[in-house]
Amino acid sequence: MSKKWSLRKWPALRQIAERDPAGLGESAMSERTRALKPRTADADRVVDSVCPYCGVGCGQKVYVKDGKIMDIEGDYDSPISLGALCPKGSASSQLVAGTHRVKKVLYRRPYGTKWEELPLQKAMEMVADRVKKTRDETWEEQNKNGHLLRRTLGIAHLGGATLDNEENYLIKKLFCSLGMVQVENQARI
Amino acid sequence: MTATGFFTDTSVCIGCKACEVACKQWNQLPADGNFFSGRSYDNTIHLEATTWRHVAFVERSLQLSGQITARPFSWLLMSDVCKHCKRAGCLEACPTGAIVRTEFESVYVQPDVCNGCGYCVVCCPFGVINRREDDGRAWKCTLCYDRQKTGGEPACAKACPTDSITFGKLDELREIARKRLELLHSRGVHEAYLYGMTDDDQPGTGGLHAFFLLLDRPEAYNLPPEPAVPTKGVGASWGTMGVAAAGMLVAAVAAVRSVEGGKK
Amino acid sequence: MAECHPVGFRWVMEAKRRGATIIHIDPRFTRTSAVADIHVPIRAGSDIAFLGALVNYIISNDLWFKDYVVNYTNAAALISKDFQDTEDLDGLFSGWDVEKGQYDPASWQYEGVEVSPAAGHREMFSGEPRAERGAIIAAEKHDYTLTDPKCVFQILKRHFSRYTAEVVEDACGISKALFEKVARALCDNSGRERTSAICYAVGWTQHTVGVQYIRTAAIIQLLLGNIGRPGGGIMALRGHASIQGSTDIPTLYNMLPGYLPMPKASYDTDLQKYIEFNESASGWWSEFPKYMVSLLKAWYGPAATAENQWCYDYLPHITGDHSHMVTVAAMADGFVQGYFVMGENPAVGSMNTALQRKGLRQLKWLVVNDFAPTETAEFWRKAPEIASGEIKTTDIATEVFFFPCAAHTEKEGTFTNTQRLLQWRHKAVEPPGDCRSDLHFIWHLGRRLKELYRDSTDSKDRAIRDLTWDYGSKGAIEEPEAEQVLAEINGYDSSEQKYISGYKELKSDGTTICGCWIYCGCYKDGVNQPARRKPASEQNWVAPEWGWAWPDNRRLLYNRASADLEGKPWSERKKYIWWDEEQKKWTGYDTPDFIVNRPPDYRPSPDAKGIDTLSGIDPFIMQAEGKGWLYDPSGLLDGPLPTHYEPEESVLKNPLYGQQCNPARMEWVRRDNPYHKAWGDSRYPFIATTYRLTEHHTAGGMSRWLPWLCELQPEMFIEVSPELAELRGLKNGGWATISTMRGEIEARVLVTERMQPYVQNGTTLHTVGIPYHWSYVGRSRGNAANELTAFIADPNVSIEESKAFSVQVIAGRKRSDRRAAAGGPLNESDSGGPERDHPPVQEKPGGKHGLKAGKTELTEEA
Repeated sequence: MSKKWSLRKWPALRQIAERDPAGLGESAMSERTRALKPRTADADRVVDSVCPYCGVGCGQKVYVKDGKIMDIEGDYDSPISLGALCPKGSASSQLVAGTHRVKKVLYRRPYGTKWEELPLQKAMEMVADRVKKTRDETWEEQNKNGHLLRRTLGIAHLGGATLDNEENYLIKKLFCSLGMVQVENQARI
Repeated sequence: MTATGFFTDTSVCIGCKACEVACKQWNQLPADGNFFSGRSYDNTIHLEATTWRHVAFVERSLQLSGQITARPFSWLLMSDVCKHCKRAGCLEACPTGAIVRTEFESVYVQPDVCNGCGYCVVCCPFGVINRREDDGRAWKCTLCYDRQKTGGEPACAKACPTDSITFGKLDELREIARKRLELLHSRGVHEAYLYGMTDDDQPGTGGLHAFFLLLDRPEAYNLPPEPAVPTKGVGASWGTMGVAAAGMLVAAVAAVRSVEGGKK
Repeated sequence: MAECHPVGFRWVMEAKRRGATIIHIDPRFTRTSAVADIHVPIRAGSDIAFLGALVNYIISNDLWFKDYVVNYTNAAALISKDFQDTEDLDGLFSGWDVEKGQYDPASWQYEGVEVSPAAGHREMFSGEPRAERGAIIAAEKHDYTLTDPKCVFQILKRHFSRYTAEVVEDACGISKALFEKVARALCDNSGRERTSAICYAVGWTQHTVGVQYIRTAAIIQLLLGNIGRPGGGIMALRGHASIQGSTDIPTLYNMLPGYLPMPKASYDTDLQKYIEFNESASGWWSEFPKYMVSLLKAWYGPAATAENQWCYDYLPHITGDHSHMVTVAAMADGFVQGYFVMGENPAVGSMNTALQRKGLRQLKWLVVNDFAPTETAEFWRKAPEIASGEIKTTDIATEVFFFPCAAHTEKEGTFTNTQRLLQWRHKAVEPPGDCRSDLHFIWHLGRRLKELYRDSTDSKDRAIRDLTWDYGSKGAIEEPEAEQVLAEINGYDSSEQKYISGYKELKSDGTTICGCWIYCGCYKDGVNQPARRKPASEQNWVAPEWGWAWPDNRRLLYNRASADLEGKPWSERKKYIWWDEEQKKWTGYDTPDFIVNRPPDYRPSPDAKGIDTLSGIDPFIMQAEGKGWLYDPSGLLDGPLPTHYEPEESVLKNPLYGQQCNPARMEWVRRDNPYHKAWGDSRYPFIATTYRLTEHHTAGGMSRWLPWLCELQPEMFIEVSPELAELRGLKNGGWATISTMRGEIEARVLVTERMQPYVQNGTTLHTVGIPYHWSYVGRSRGNAANELTAFIADPNVSIEESKAFSVQVIAGRKRSDRRAAAGGPLNESDSGGPERDHPPVQEKPGGKHGLKAGKTELTEEA
């Protein structure tokens, strides 16, 4: 069997067997070429997603292997995009897996000249402390006419419009309940 | 297997460059670096060993038929790619067998075989194939040979938002192209024509497996008007050479004879 | 559209293949123009003159859709006798108060009727109390022959009669012949058999008259019968994945989820008053209390009871405009201590970036969540004023936290796209390192704050203590369950123990909770509806089983208008929703956007209330009277009808009226936000307009770090015509310096015939095209376009004007020591010059935050 196989691999025989007299076709193919397949064929999972760039909402298929994204491309099933993506959507895999991504919390202290790394929990604690302190210091219970204000103008927020609905909902819910009114979004811009 | 290819209809291209990026993404090709060319919106300039789709932006002080503008002007956009010629100069020039004709009749460079000799580079009438500076090997569009193996569509054609790039069986593409051309002509876009669709259109290459619908002469898009595979003339050359050789043989024989005669 | 929404443009090209005519109106020749049938180069900032001329063309050539206009719009309604038009007052409407610098809209009303501003308008009145709110609509006076000079149709006709093709030539720089080609194409493709659609993006919104641009389009589409019908409509092409969602569930100061207004301190003093001011007696807004009570129950759970007004007092109250630019001006003046910037980059994307950074420098603390430190995060060490040495890093006290964010593939949740469609994204992989979703950030921040306030007895802390925040979490990183949040947004009926399946099920007795009433049904039956992905090929062309659209999975709003008075499709070609006489209900390809069993011949009795007031021929169900508004009787802050005004900084005197600019516009009169002369400022003689390119995304946070995109558009450039290049000695590929009084930037030059000068009344006007993606960090850098722009805004929505302003451009790179103008005007201020207002508005000092209160009464406390 193995001998027969190796014989078949002999180019001259292959050229004849495969009717490829010029030797420019299959008979010239290497093992790698013969075994070639799309890398997505090895994906563990294909996850349904949506492009994060503009508001068109093109469908994306995210191919995952060993907990890493190997490919992102359009979703043929989407009635919006039928598999298509623009250059930004096509570059999504570089957006999510590019070397530009910072993976640690960075902190610049007052008057500081450089970034310092901070543990996530510590940073969250520091931000919560600052929110409480600023809120307590700048609280306005009512205005001069005696109307309720129950708010702080000491803290503001500006969100991008790539925030999920669930994120926007919790932002509005929390910040409103803290008395923040200057809650704004790219949607105004 | 049936031959497959691309029909690139430049009349619906919006120059978004999705094809360029989708190609780089799928084939994991590096960016070529930041270079502001000042040539319209084209900053990648031409097909390269690491740019297998390239969008040309042609600004003309000329009206396009069927289009109304305030002054005579049009902007022709066209996504260029390896043509996967029926007679491929690169393939015929490759001395190592690295370049093969696949079962889809596309032209594929096997990176594990290519030794970077560069013979193919000068033999492409379109200037498509080139060597990468970092690894020395020759690279170009594979017509997503890997994706096609499992019935998939090339990444650029899949991404193309306006279906300017259509992938499919060559026979069907030709039919689509003919109908599209007819429609455009009926709408008064008389300048539209098909570039390299068949052997008749482009004898020098035997026809392209990635052919185009263009709206201006080929040179406007930086395409050769009459491309020819260098080996195309070889058959004729052999003939000429045969005649010459025969003539020389006759002369030689005659000479020998005369010498011999002289000896007599 | 091809530039910024290439895949959306796919369908435009599909329409073109099928024979549609594509008309592109843009100052530049773009990728869209390249494949359009007609390209119309318009002077930036002159769209109302153009659109108004279309209105005039339609009316004067009798090309409007009679059955539609008479029955589905307010064309026949009679307007108050006190109303005076811009025709009478040289560009102003009646009710203009010169002292206050604002309109009193009383004279704009229907005759004898007070109309409450219904949906879509109420959010615009955040700072503006409306006396007529809650008014009950009495019988209206109509003239269905449309001949009464006081009827809407006649007023409209008279108002736009001035907008002729000659005016288009003068104001827009468009030839009469070209204008007429467009008008004809539009009208030829509208009517029973055909429809036309209008698409726009921020090229329309970012003007001091932005809202009125879109109003003009609405008038055209209503006159032609192109609303609520397939292939029709006015499509806002939104530039971000969930910018629609960010408005529906607003992180906006003036709204609560579902377009409910934020309480206003002086008016909405308790829940009763709040409801009184905002509830409408008819149409869908009559259900207002149900939406509000269900929201308060969702937020404060068991603590919210009928006795304590469902915790209404927990909500903070607004006292005027607290929008982005107002806030940043306050920040620059030292009134704001802390700032959360989540996935946004105001140091590049917002107006007058020098002023933005001045604001950041005054903060005590700043939190930025993004992929990599943006210009906003790096302002303290990389900004132009730091590079020039004018400001020292060591003098900036702001504490900066940068939190790395999770990507869209590393978290789950919904985006709402430009067509109101919610689509669920599944999580593909875990976020790397300390990268976290914004959901994670906000939920954990909330948990920490609840802990910090746990033992407080202070009444101000009750809201945070009673806040319902018990979402589940999963995984090692304790990621909150986004689906539980979606379920809360959808709503739950506690008495029946089931998820709400539609907003009609909401109650005002506290038994239903709902985070956003318009999203009711997105988690119907406990099923994640936005996650539905039935392939396009396996369903009808409306694709109702792909994702979920609000409201009630309706894909096309006001689709009752796709059928005639008797409920039959206007034509077979344009069939969409129709009345099924046998089943006695509306049916069709989509969910009917109407009361499903209300027959076309239903007419309300005089004492009808709530949604019973809508007749069988009232397709616009969110309007109190069910009609599309050609004329906006209680509507906008700058008039009931669109009127052409020049931008704040123009190259032209208003060719139509004595009044130069929108009288009600918002100005920020401050040293760090100087304005040029109203027109003819010889120091700034060219028109500038900013825009995006296909290859990049907004302020660049998601594109300028990606090599595959950077190589395609590697650096900042401007686009100029060969004529302007010649005039200013600019070389293709060379450098230019562009300046305003706010700032100065340098950019490479692209000389192209895609830009073209306009000749108007013998004057040649030039436009400089300025992409705004770049700034001082990232892998592709350049100067930021918004160093040039100013704080100046539309009064209705506080959106800036960046699409038309004046600039200077000279050849060569800029001087290294020059920078943006946070410290004051770059050029000596010259207050002399033509007036913007006629008659001049009384000069009033800038308000606390520098806002010129004399122009628009935005502060209700003033």
